[in-house]
Amino acid sequence: MTALEPTKLDRPRTARDRSAADAKAAKSVTAKLRRAEFGDRLRSLALAAPLLVLLALSFGIPIVLLLSRAVYDPTIADALPQTSQALRGWNGAGLPGDAAFLALAADLRDNQAMGTAYELAKSLNARVPGARSQVLKTVRQLEAADRPPLEVMKAVPFWSAPGTWPVIESGTHSVTSFYLLSALDLHWNADGGIERVPPQQAIFLQVFMRTFFVAAAVTLATLILGFPLAYLIASVPKGLAAILIVAVLLPFWTSILVRTAAWTVLLQKFGLVNDLLLWLGIADDRLDLMYSRIGLIIAMTHIQLPFTLLPIYSVMRTIPPSQMKAAYSLGAKPFTAFRRVYLPQVFPGVMAGCLLTFILCLGYYITPALIGGASDQLISNFIANYVNVELNWEMAAALSFILLVFTLALFGIFARILGLDRLKLV
Amino acid sequence: MLLSPYPTTGERIRITLLWLWCGMVILFLLVPILVPVPLSFNSGAFFIFPLEGISTRWYAVVLGTQRWQSAIGNSLIVAFGTTLIATTLGTLTAIALSDEKLPGRRIVMPLLLSPLIVPVVITAVGSYLFYARVGLASTYAGIILAHTALASPFVVVTVGASLTGFDRNLMRAAAISGAKPITSFFRVMLPLILPGVLSGAAFAFVTSFDEVVVVQFLASANQRTMPLEMFIGLREKLSPAITAAATLMMGLSIILLVVANLLARRSRRRPSASE
Repeated sequence: MTALEPTKLDRPRTARDRSAADAKAAKSVTAKLRRAEFGDRLRSLALAAPLLVLLALSFGIPIVLLLSRAVYDPTIADALPQTSQALRGWNGAGLPGDAAFLALAADLRDNQAMGTAYELAKSLNARVPGARSQVLKTVRQLEAADRPPLEVMKAVPFWSAPGTWPVIESGTHSVTSFYLLSALDLHWNADGGIERVPPQQAIFLQVFMRTFFVAAAVTLATLILGFPLAYLIASVPKGLAAILIVAVLLPFWTSILVRTAAWTVLLQKFGLVNDLLLWLGIADDRLDLMYSRIGLIIAMTHIQLPFTLLPIYSVMRTIPPSQMKAAYSLGAKPFTAFRRVYLPQVFPGVMAGCLLTFILCLGYYITPALIGGASDQLISNFIANYVNVELNWEMAAALSFILLVFTLALFGIFARILGLDRLKLV
Repeated sequence: MLLSPYPTTGERIRITLLWLWCGMVILFLLVPILVPVPLSFNSGAFFIFPLEGISTRWYAVVLGTQRWQSAIGNSLIVAFGTTLIATTLGTLTAIALSDEKLPGRRIVMPLLLSPLIVPVVITAVGSYLFYARVGLASTYAGIILAHTALASPFVVVTVGASLTGFDRNLMRAAAISGAKPITSFFRVMLPLILPGVLSGAAFAFVTSFDEVVVVQFLASANQRTMPLEMFIGLREKLSPAITAAATLMMGLSIILLVVANLLARRSRRRPSASE
């Protein structure tokens, strides 16, 4: 190994002992080596490049594009060019002048002519509930053209309502904080400050709280179930430990969908869990476990248990049993020895397992979709719903943004205090 | 090991309780994944024990009807495509990253692992948005690309682990003996890290074969994979055919992952064996 180690030549000490000619030769060798090593680095980078480029295209760009939709929504600005122009000097108080009404009427007619009126109505509706029908109604009346446009506009109360024009004005700016604030149940009030939306419109904080609650409950449950089992596996002889670890790995290797499917079978009204509860006398009657919060938490706990257990086990395995014996022989009671000697050492493993499970729980989608009821849907389900059903990409993007911030922040904590090599995949 | 040579009563009670608790946890872990297996052989159409009789009629449904057959075919196309790309590119990247002096090494690794951490719905929705613009939505290529992002971290990590035991001087020796880099890769390095590569390939295959969320957003009706058929089936109507499909999928993943782990273990043990 040392014979081939080139870096020794770098040391000036070797050169100093020799004649000037030798020193010169050594220098040129060093320079050559550096150049060669630089070439190696470049070749290494070239090896990594294809995957990095592919990941950037298939994963990086899609996510950046999605997140950008949360703050960039040109639909209204594109649809209402004349209105944007007319509103430029408006101070935002009260109603704008008649010029703005006329510009809006002209824009609406243009949209109708180009067939984009529905698109605009939908986009406005996302910001002002009920705007869709008002826009479409106004467009129809403008098209009828039996009255002057200004009269039509003034006759529809929606266009003179206090909340309408500020929203149109904010919509004419393509960059918007509207959706991100909405995702946190906040909005701009008339005075330009940020405040909570009225309780009947607030939905997302509750969903985020629910997601955190479910994640915390599952993390706690996996810790309570997993910690003693990890301890047992780390303490028994090797052969028995291998059998026990297989019991942990078999469910770990089964896909989340298959395990969720198994739980939908188990949690049925006449399923095995209800049979067991009746037999044990815990429940007097068959419970509705499907589409319930408790059913969801049970299934997620089953899926996440190995994720919590394995990091704890990998730390426990490294703690020699003699330490606890030493503590006993020094007079420590079992609980004291556990608390003062064992627990501080396994704590990094506990943190790693719990953080991993918590992070993964925040992104659960399949299991809540299949086992949770309407009031047990987590944030991922709302994101999917905004894409699939409501076709509101901006809201989906804003919720993704917030979820991603939480996830990456926790992952950052994980990487910071525990190191990425704890994230063992095998 | 658990009991000291002269156990006290308190210790006996604690250890017994520990065993009881762990026994229950193991039942909790194993029973749910084992339950679909007998149910899939039920001749009746319900999910209730005791079974009405033994039959393979639900397997006939899964393996014999056109809908499931095309789903299995799609799953195999996507999984093999993903495995091929993820294994090739992932191995190259792992080799690059095994160079300690590679600039930006500490940034690249978290970036490579990020597909495992980002909630999969965000990945799926983002891919749907972007791929629709570039014409990759509802294509096999699109699904394979998205799956490659999810599967390649496993390859990079497993191959990386097997490379920690690889002596780089072997490559120098090959170069001194006159081998071109590509020759020394195929003749010296690849044979030695092959268990790691195969293990990574198995992980990549299972990741893609089991994936359902990305497929749900990217696949058209013609590209439904087996997990997606299962997901749709579970949403619409619970049929015992699903337990048969679940049993098949579970069997496949477990077999592949057992192989993958044995290979990974072997490739990591190699350095100590050769010393």
